[in-house]
Amino acid sequence: MEAFWIILAGTLVAIPCGLLGCYLILRNMAMVGDAISHAVLPGIVIAFFVSGSREPISMLLGAGVLGLLTTFLIEFFHSKARLQTDAAIGVTFTWLFALGVILISVFAGQVDLDQDCVLYGEIAYVPIDLWITGSGIIMGPRVIYIMGIVFLLVLSFIVIGQKQLFLTTFDPSFAAATGVNVALWHYLLMGAVSFTTVGAFESVGAILVVAFLIVPPATAYLLTEDLNKMMLITTLLGLAISFIGYHLAVWLDGSIAGAMSVVAGVLFGLVFIYKEITSRPALVN
Amino acid sequence: MSMNNILEFLSLTDPNVRYVVIGSILLAASSAIVGTFTLLKKKALVGDAVAHSVLPGVCLAFMLSGVKNPVYLIIGAFITGWISLVLIDTITARSKIKEDTAIGLILSVFFGIGILMVTVIQKSGNAAQSGLDHFLFGQAASLVGNDLVVFSGIALILMAAVWLFFKEFTVIAFDENFARSIGFPVRTLELILTTLTVLAVVTGIQAIGVVLMAAMLITPAAAARFWTDKLKVMIVLAAGLGAFSGLVGAYISYVAPAMPTGPWIVMVVSIIAVLSFFLAPRKGILFRLITQRKFRKQMLEENILKLLYQLGEAQGSYYQPRTIEEIVARRPFQMSRLKKGLRNLNRQGFLKSTEKGWAYTRAGKRKGQRVTKLHRLWELYLTEYLRIAPDHVHEDAETIEHIITPELERRLEEKLRYPKLDPHQSEIPYPKL
Repeated sequence: MEAFWIILAGTLVAIPCGLLGCYLILRNMAMVGDAISHAVLPGIVIAFFVSGSREPISMLLGAGVLGLLTTFLIEFFHSKARLQTDAAIGVTFTWLFALGVILISVFAGQVDLDQDCVLYGEIAYVPIDLWITGSGIIMGPRVIYIMGIVFLLVLSFIVIGQKQLFLTTFDPSFAAATGVNVALWHYLLMGAVSFTTVGAFESVGAILVVAFLIVPPATAYLLTEDLNKMMLITTLLGLAISFIGYHLAVWLDGSIAGAMSVVAGVLFGLVFIYKEITSRPALVN
Repeated sequence: MSMNNILEFLSLTDPNVRYVVIGSILLAASSAIVGTFTLLKKKALVGDAVAHSVLPGVCLAFMLSGVKNPVYLIIGAFITGWISLVLIDTITARSKIKEDTAIGLILSVFFGIGILMVTVIQKSGNAAQSGLDHFLFGQAASLVGNDLVVFSGIALILMAAVWLFFKEFTVIAFDENFARSIGFPVRTLELILTTLTVLAVVTGIQAIGVVLMAAMLITPAAAARFWTDKLKVMIVLAAGLGAFSGLVGAYISYVAPAMPTGPWIVMVVSIIAVLSFFLAPRKGILFRLITQRKFRKQMLEENILKLLYQLGEAQGSYYQPRTIEEIVARRPFQMSRLKKGLRNLNRQGFLKSTEKGWAYTRAGKRKGQRVTKLHRLWELYLTEYLRIAPDHVHEDAETIEHIITPELERRLEEKLRYPKLDPHQSEIPYPKL
């Protein structure tokens, strides 16, 4: 049963991350996703401190604000200060992450949040961190509910905004011409990334979530250019990564989230090598 | 936080303080120097990838050697840091995956491998492993004399290499194709620069930590970029900013031992950088806003004077007062701005205010005439020399008339041989001697 809950939690992290990641890499914004996943840290710490618990709503709120702030700061430094994009990303996320780590030290003792958890989460605790209602009924692992909700939200966001997301990704000027608010959808997507990052934060940590955001969509992108197929492959990869990753971690007795990203990397490597072999032009004698 | 405290800190009598301070300054300065080149090459985030990718190397070195010897760990870190860069290059060159995706992919996977190894080592129960996690968040306070010797050695190598290859690095940072065309061994030079980046990251990581190491490469250089256009000045400035942040970070964790050094160094350098983005002369946001406003004010005033000249031309009397209605009927100015512009022109002595409206002074007419002349000269230049149709030249002249300097004005007049008429057959007015 323990294995089931952990693999389910991993899948519930991997799928929404991967679906959003498809858009991120197609928009050449992979590193913005990386930046957001780091920069939500101070939001999470403050929410922890203010609410005094791991209450999901304030955490989502705190991180959502920070995620949008990150997006805004990167854009602001780039367009107003004319700082090159990569530097704008680098300066912004390290600054906010440093703030987060400092806040953890400031609130040390008052906040149940340690640095290791920030880096690679505590997915192993998923089965024992139960949601127990006021009347004492055990509802099952808490994280499953949180990630389940995030999963549904992301899924409905992608389904409802299908047309707009597609247009703003592939042809922003055409999208603008047909009356789609490009900036709004940009911020909505970044908001969704921040929410997902926070939801995933407890289970896989702020950094390994990047592996779930980028690696499966990149693998799928090697295999297809059709967005729907890409999303389907990403979803299947998410399942495989959670399943194999869990068993690898148990076998090695190490971090489960770490093992899952290793599996993601290996799958990418295999596909990459496969493409290298099959796409090599035939030698003409 | 008394004066004594600061003096005691700065005197470096306590060996632990000495290690932390000198270590922080050395690593912050040397990574800032290398970071300047990676920033100019638009590869700022590559440092982030290297920083995450050294983790498995450190763990591997520890697993194989069983001890926490800085030399082994640095060699291990160096190898995987290097491999990560090669992989990023390979993925970008051989597939349709873009560089930023490749960077994110490699950094997260390598970091995942590292985390898996750290947790496996932690559970293996090797007593020496404690402290391995310093690599994750950095622990400047744990620096010891031995580390310092290694740091100083690496810092010296870095600076010597930058000194030696300064000209070559400069050329490949700004114009790789040019470097290739004059026969520089670009591949080799990039290899050296990459090696230096990895070295800088490996040195810094013990004090700053994996995640924040990128800041030590990017942020000082980004801040320095706003203060100067000269590469040498930029390098010295970046190194200075890095060293200063290192010092302040070390001081903060000295007075408040619970405070982590690395994040504070990053916090200080980030604040300096953000202040630079706003306040730096010429490139800063505030400076540019002020320049923009000044220019908009100048444009408005010159447009008003030009308009009064055109009204005078049409009615044959230049000094007759004009009402605001007359002005707006000819050109739809925004009312509040128009009034402000008129008041400013009055204060500067270009206009005077009468009961019947606003009228030129001599100086005002001279200036209005000049702007009109420049506008028409430029229109003529565009049609004569660039062969642009007469109905397409007005917009361009509207902008350029405010920018043309007296020297340029003279050149235009000479080149067009003091023409009488513009392409729309309006007279080009010259000041009477």
